[in-house]
Amino acid sequence: MARGTMTDPPNPAARTTEADVADTQAIRARARQRRVQASMARERVRRVTNAVMLGLTGLATLLALIPLVWIIVDVVLLGAPSITPDFLTQSFKPASLGGGGVLHAIVGSLILVGLASVMSIPIGILAAFYVVRNPNTTLGLAVRFGTDVLAGLPSIVVGLFVYTLLVVGRSYSALAGAVALAILMLPIVLRTTEEMLKLVPDSLREGALGLGAPEWKTAFSVLLPAALTGVLTGLMLAVARVSGETAPLLFTALGSNVLSSALNRPIASLPLTLFVYATQPDPIRHAQAWAIALIIMVIVLALNIGARLIARHRAM
Amino acid sequence: MPIASSSARVAISLHGVTIVQQGKGVLPDMNTSPLARENAQSHAPATAGEAAAAVMPKMQTESLSIYYGNFRAVADVTLPVRDRKITAIIGPSGCGKSTLIRSLNRMNDLIAGAHAGGKVMLDGEDIYASGIDVVDIRRRVGMVFQRPNPFPKSIYDNVAFGVRLYGRIPKAELDDIVETSLRRSALWDEVKDKLKQSAMALSGGQQQRLCIARAIAVEPEVILMDEPCSALDPVATLKIEELMQELKQDYAIVIVTHNMQQAARVSDTTAMMMMRADRAGEMIEFDETQIIFTKPRDKRTEDYVSGRFG
Repeated sequence: MARGTMTDPPNPAARTTEADVADTQAIRARARQRRVQASMARERVRRVTNAVMLGLTGLATLLALIPLVWIIVDVVLLGAPSITPDFLTQSFKPASLGGGGVLHAIVGSLILVGLASVMSIPIGILAAFYVVRNPNTTLGLAVRFGTDVLAGLPSIVVGLFVYTLLVVGRSYSALAGAVALAILMLPIVLRTTEEMLKLVPDSLREGALGLGAPEWKTAFSVLLPAALTGVLTGLMLAVARVSGETAPLLFTALGSNVLSSALNRPIASLPLTLFVYATQPDPIRHAQAWAIALIIMVIVLALNIGARLIARHRAM
Repeated sequence: MPIASSSARVAISLHGVTIVQQGKGVLPDMNTSPLARENAQSHAPATAGEAAAAVMPKMQTESLSIYYGNFRAVADVTLPVRDRKITAIIGPSGCGKSTLIRSLNRMNDLIAGAHAGGKVMLDGEDIYASGIDVVDIRRRVGMVFQRPNPFPKSIYDNVAFGVRLYGRIPKAELDDIVETSLRRSALWDEVKDKLKQSAMALSGGQQQRLCIARAIAVEPEVILMDEPCSALDPVATLKIEELMQELKQDYAIVIVTHNMQQAARVSDTTAMMMMRADRAGEMIEFDETQIIFTKPRDKRTEDYVSGRFG
């Protein structure tokens, strides 16, 4: 409308004089100038703010990366020299005999994590099926609430619980350690499986049931395979999580210096051995502790990368 | 096919069925079947036994009501489904067509709070009676869904899935069943070289034919199709319709469709459903498809099939 009045011829009825028109134009010009100046000033402020914030976020990202890179570099530099074939294939020997290797800890970790997986994965998957099918029943709600709480529980508390349950009055044992790890794995397995099963379209279930498949057959030969990649990703993350657990093993599996596969005796594990070696006043043990740290890191990294690969495979 | 003689036969058969049922006292609500009543008055009666023996319906709902909790979605439907014929269920959205067809193999059981009143007879046996094995019913009454829902498995495994439920069978025999089923669903030539590939890679129309192959592989007695072409393009729709004509040589087929041309093209008998004031769906008319689409008895049917509805 303002533009219209500028191009329109002066309205004779309003008796507008030349001076009036000049006046109006001057006022408009000043207003326009002020607006331009203000917007330029605002733009300067915006540019500066943008640069500052970008710098801050970039700095924060770098700061966050520093410990990660530092740890990786340190662990590789200090750990790699000690990793020899002997180190991986021999068991514990006294420091005076060269210190031996960590085969006993590798085997112990495999047994502990393997046993924990065998215990937690079937329970977690079956419970996930129940929760997905009955989300609003009392039991379904209780399970979901329970797993949420369990997932947030400090691992040492779980260790303490298993200690009082399975160790007191008996003895430290591989079984107790595996139970502690299984309790830690359970919520991860259950929740990831639940989330993945929820993503399977209901039409698949109807399709299978419509063919006369019983409910259990539908679950295991249609729904679980359809969710398999996601479930596998969750399982690998759960295994990665407990592979590095130390606290709950301190007073359950205890640790050991002998190569053992007995479930009713104390058993070694990589994180426990790392803890013990690092606290001994002996340079050989310190070097070995770094090497163990490297092994654990590689395992966890491999599991994480594996999980990502599976997830990507699924996306394609 | 000579229309006149076929419609006369239907009339008599319906009449026959009605009389038989009245004799048993299991058809309390005559209002749901105005056709049957009129036929009873206007056609020369055959003996009830003769007519019933001629076309005893493969399936028959008897005063069937379906409830979701307290809500009645389908009210007092008495619908015969004849063997080797295609029965279409038409009607506006929300009138309970899908609910009705899903009640024929108890798929509604999967919905929490759903329950049925009345009976659904399959070869003279009520599938809602206590002690009936739902799994067995679903094997006898197969279903094809609105959207193609192949399993994320290979084409072969999709077709073999239902067959394998019966236990281990020799590989050669299974191969045979898979090939036959795919041939009958007019899909064999398109997939015979990629049976091991994922079914998810097929087009929508192929997926739906695969679902039909999967359903007929277990040799059901009745096939239910809940808007099987609603997610397909016209070419794929035509293929499915041709396929239905093939399949009706061996099966009783029930199809729910929103597409009246489709109902007119493929079906032998048509049930017209409508929502009542209380939002329950009722069957307002059932007859030979030819009659429903040319001289329906109910004004609402006429309005609906001629596109003047609402």
